[in-house]
Amino acid sequence: MKSDAAVKAGKKQKPKENMALYLKKNWQLYVLMILPMLFIVIFKYGAYPFLTVAFKDYKVARGINGSEWVGLEIFQKIFNHKDFGKSVYNTLLLNILDLLFSFPMPIILALVLNEIRCKWFKKVTQTLLYLPHFLSWVIIGSLAYQLFSQNSGVVNILIKNAGASPIPFLQDNTWWLISYILIGVWQSMGWGTIIYLAAITSVNPELYEAARVDGAGRWKQCLHVTLPCIRSTIVTLLIMNLGKMMQGSFERIYALSNMKATQYTTTIPVLVYRWGIESGKFSEATALGLFQSVIGLVLVLVSDYVAKRLGEDGLI
Amino acid sequence: MKIKKSWKDKVVDVILYVFLLLMSLICLFPFIHVFSKSISEEAYVIANKVFLLPKGFSLNAYQKVFADSTILRSLWVTVLVTVVFTVIGMFLTICAAYALSRKELKGRKLMTFLILATMYFTAGTIPDYMLMSDLHMLDTIWCLILPLCFAPYNLLIMKNNFASNIPDSLVESALIDGAGHFTILGKIVVPLSKPIMATIALFYAVGRWNAYSDALYYIKQRTDLRPLQLKLYYLVVAATESFQAEGGVVGVMTNPEVMKAACVIFATLPIICVYPFVQKYFVQGTMIGAVKG
Repeated sequence: MKSDAAVKAGKKQKPKENMALYLKKNWQLYVLMILPMLFIVIFKYGAYPFLTVAFKDYKVARGINGSEWVGLEIFQKIFNHKDFGKSVYNTLLLNILDLLFSFPMPIILALVLNEIRCKWFKKVTQTLLYLPHFLSWVIIGSLAYQLFSQNSGVVNILIKNAGASPIPFLQDNTWWLISYILIGVWQSMGWGTIIYLAAITSVNPELYEAARVDGAGRWKQCLHVTLPCIRSTIVTLLIMNLGKMMQGSFERIYALSNMKATQYTTTIPVLVYRWGIESGKFSEATALGLFQSVIGLVLVLVSDYVAKRLGEDGLI
Repeated sequence: MKIKKSWKDKVVDVILYVFLLLMSLICLFPFIHVFSKSISEEAYVIANKVFLLPKGFSLNAYQKVFADSTILRSLWVTVLVTVVFTVIGMFLTICAAYALSRKELKGRKLMTFLILATMYFTAGTIPDYMLMSDLHMLDTIWCLILPLCFAPYNLLIMKNNFASNIPDSLVESALIDGAGHFTILGKIVVPLSKPIMATIALFYAVGRWNAYSDALYYIKQRTDLRPLQLKLYYLVVAATESFQAEGGVVGVMTNPEVMKAACVIFATLPIICVYPFVQKYFVQGTMIGAVKG
């Protein structure tokens, strides 16, 4: 009995000693985490309490705590606002069109790049194709106006010189939509190839060998070897993009928008900016932002679940 | 291994090369055009005669850009903000990435979750704005630096890289030799991780250099704190501001199109100059980022 107690006491003592030893050895790890966690708590978690503004009738003079609690009234108000439906529709429309046109382009380019044997040519084209990714949307917007404006844009000058009438690429609603989507394709097509090219290099060369023995040409090899091998990458990225359907790039739309073509520029982030920062309607803008965040989170979780069910890596 | 190409293969090759050539020229052409416009003589630009190559030669527009003190001021703000942002961001990212990559750190799962969760559920523009307002950071350069300088995504990339590239045995043996984690991080991990550090530093720097929406939200009164991208937005895209000629060097009015072109090149040049050198790191970083977890 006595010895048993001694053993127990020994066991009890040991973790304590271990703890001291552990701390002596590893306290620095915790010190390293102090500043990063402080930044996260202050600048990320510090913003969450302000979400309550969406449930209050916020008046700047009264402050957050002094403003009246109104429950879901603000949400009712924004759901009935005429711009709300428009902004949701536009956000989805722009994202769906982006997906249709911007998504396949990198796959095509990657497959073509994969066929290029001339090393320097490949390198130079890749460098040029990646370039737009490094530019800010302001610069891309400026370039777009220099190129596509109706009177002095070089594209319209060429069109006029050819004897046709100029096209309002950025001034007419439908043309604006087309330009917006094509500029997006231009900006992202090169950079998007990187992940696919990486996936292609990991394809087992024996598969090509076998296909060649079976008499498959380059087209057949591409169709029956390369594409199936990068299928999982394509599916993962596709699901990832579907998870982002409710998001919108404020910077991209804002840099390309103008007074003349406004039908498609009212998206959720733009409306949040207009209501909140420009007009000071903090409650409405916060509620709209919260609506977007919640739907966005649900979409990400669903797409992650779907990706994992399909046996892919998932996103989270 | 040499495979003889059939004529059919050669035709396909030509088509593919031409296709790629076309695509890359589409990426290059806008810059060449705008650059040519910016150094052409105004008369040709006004007459819509400038296409790919410059007509005439004049640096008038650039002289005016450099004479505009507000543009130079914006460039200075951007450089300052980018440098401070990148330094603070790198410091925080390296510290957190190392600590979170060590299994000895208790609660690292929870901390990782707390950090990464902020990527998937963001408070939104207005709560962020109100936070900045509460912290009295509106209209200071700190609102362009502090809120975004620790990026969870970059942390994830660096953490994964530390976990897979630094041999555990190396750290273990250093610990047994009595080295503390600070020493290990400074003397072993950082020197061994130069490529990933270059990558992440560039992610931070280029991201900061290019962003303008936060400046649009937070910098309202202090127009002298506008970063270059926001200045460019007001000058070229919104065209609500006009160019200032300093000290009455007005002379002949320069055509606004030429001025805009010069401004775009002025703002793009820094990126184009460093781009060929940083491209490699960006590609690597993106590939590491693709493997999440």
